[in-house]
Amino acid sequence: MKIAVCIKQVPTREWQPRLNDDKTWVRDQDVSYEMNEPDAYALEESLRLREKHGGEVVVCSAGPARVQQVIREALARGADRALHVEDDALGAADAFTAAAALAPAMAEQKFDLILTGLQSDDQGHAQFGPVLAEKLGIPHSTIIMEVQVTDTSLKVKRELEGGWFQHVTMALPALLTIQSGINQLRYATLKGIMAAKKKEITKVAAPAGLSPRLKVVAMSAPQKSKQTVMIGGSPSEAAKELVKRLREEARVL
Amino acid sequence: MILVIAEQQNGKLNRASWEVIAAAQHLAGGAMPIKVAVAGQSVSAVAAELAQAAVAEVLTVESPALAVYTPDGFVQALQQVIAQVAPTYVFFSHTYQTRDFSPTLATRMDRALVTDVIAIRAVGGATAFARPMFQGKLVADVVPQGEGPFLISLQIGAYRADAAVKGSAAAPIAAASVSIDESKIRQKPEAPFQEAKQAVDLSQAERIVSVGRGIKTVENIAIAEQLAKAFGAELAASRPICDNGWLPMERQIGSSGQTVAPKLYVALGISGAMQHLVGMKGSRVIVAINKDADAPIFEVADYGIQGDLFELAPAIIAELQKG
Repeated sequence: MKIAVCIKQVPTREWQPRLNDDKTWVRDQDVSYEMNEPDAYALEESLRLREKHGGEVVVCSAGPARVQQVIREALARGADRALHVEDDALGAADAFTAAAALAPAMAEQKFDLILTGLQSDDQGHAQFGPVLAEKLGIPHSTIIMEVQVTDTSLKVKRELEGGWFQHVTMALPALLTIQSGINQLRYATLKGIMAAKKKEITKVAAPAGLSPRLKVVAMSAPQKSKQTVMIGGSPSEAAKELVKRLREEARVL
Repeated sequence: MILVIAEQQNGKLNRASWEVIAAAQHLAGGAMPIKVAVAGQSVSAVAAELAQAAVAEVLTVESPALAVYTPDGFVQALQQVIAQVAPTYVFFSHTYQTRDFSPTLATRMDRALVTDVIAIRAVGGATAFARPMFQGKLVADVVPQGEGPFLISLQIGAYRADAAVKGSAAAPIAAASVSIDESKIRQKPEAPFQEAKQAVDLSQAERIVSVGRGIKTVENIAIAEQLAKAFGAELAASRPICDNGWLPMERQIGSSGQTVAPKLYVALGISGAMQHLVGMKGSRVIVAINKDADAPIFEVADYGIQGDLFELAPAIIAELQKG
């Protein structure tokens, strides 16, 4: 089975954002990056499917040269090869644009199954997967917690809200967006890291004429919906103050 | 014109649809008519409920092919309804169902979709839709590009359902006629199910101590357990903790777990991703303990302590035990 996994490079969770001068995006200079966490689960699921059914796992990513960091990491964890649609302008691309950038090169590869995370930890549109599926003319299902593949079809467990689930069947080729926690992640071994250096990364230029669907006109720190009383001092002082306020002011103890 | 797509399941209206009506009324400001559409097999009761809203019209979108939700069925139906109504905006609630089909709908229509919107405001003369980015650390004002209609999904809880204005008389109800090619519905869904009966009903708990990634290891869960005990609280968790198997899934709070509104909610080492916040921000008093002063959880907290939970939790336990 020919499996593609789309991964995105995103700022680390610990990163403290700073706005650029015109306050329309973040300052890119000092960002440290990592693999989008839901995509890491999609990668793991694709590796498990390959182990079960054979075939290959191809990492697909759109972005500037820097995204090779996460491509290499995916190869080190066991993916076979990679497709990188490289363009500096894709660093801040919206989901529609990223899907449009990847679609032509991915269409040529005729994948049986495409997996990706349910949303990105940076922009969080939760659109990329279904948009890509539509551009490739294949069915999709989202927020998947279990994947079973037979010869020509796919049975998945879709997460609904409030602790409900649903099984959905569809034909291959298809695209799934994977929910975090579907599996236990593996990490790269030294052997994997060495092997990754020899693996092929095919670079493709972004298709011409991409134009953003969403324009960010302003960016700001979130407004507080509540007046938060921040309690300072040493741990014991803070604890004392908190408990006092919960007893006497909020009256919830 | 704003077209609101309401959501129903087995003839029961999703309460978040009222929030979307409130958002549409807010943007329209009385100057733009609003229509509400609801899709399914037989939705007349739901339509009658929606007709209480101060809107121009409620449209029923009925077909046997819509009895059970599929993205392909809904995309076909709603694309036709949108073409008939020709609105400027199409509003949805950012539910799992909307997330499943709205990107496909937008792509098929070749129109922009803005998801997870928390506010609508004018920025430099344009109508911008504010949405969280970077795990809620920032809010971006987004202007959809290209031709309308623009598709907008609103974060659950961003607008208040009780802010939706009711009409003095029921709005007219009309049937939108759609034809659905069932051979083009590629997903075959089965009936929804629950994994196991929820043994813990956190929605009934008066106090909850909830633990997140900041707890670092499974061994440290005991610290949260002790804190919960000292507060006389139930123990709960954010998604990553349950994903790791450190606490059972039934103790998960958030969009994929339980929604709670206790008297006291203590968030221990929880950064406050949107998916978590929607499950707990209705709590009466929220305490956030986190090492990161910029963690989004502090935005919904009544009391916040920035610091090391491994020092703070024992100190709070000691303080509570003093009586």
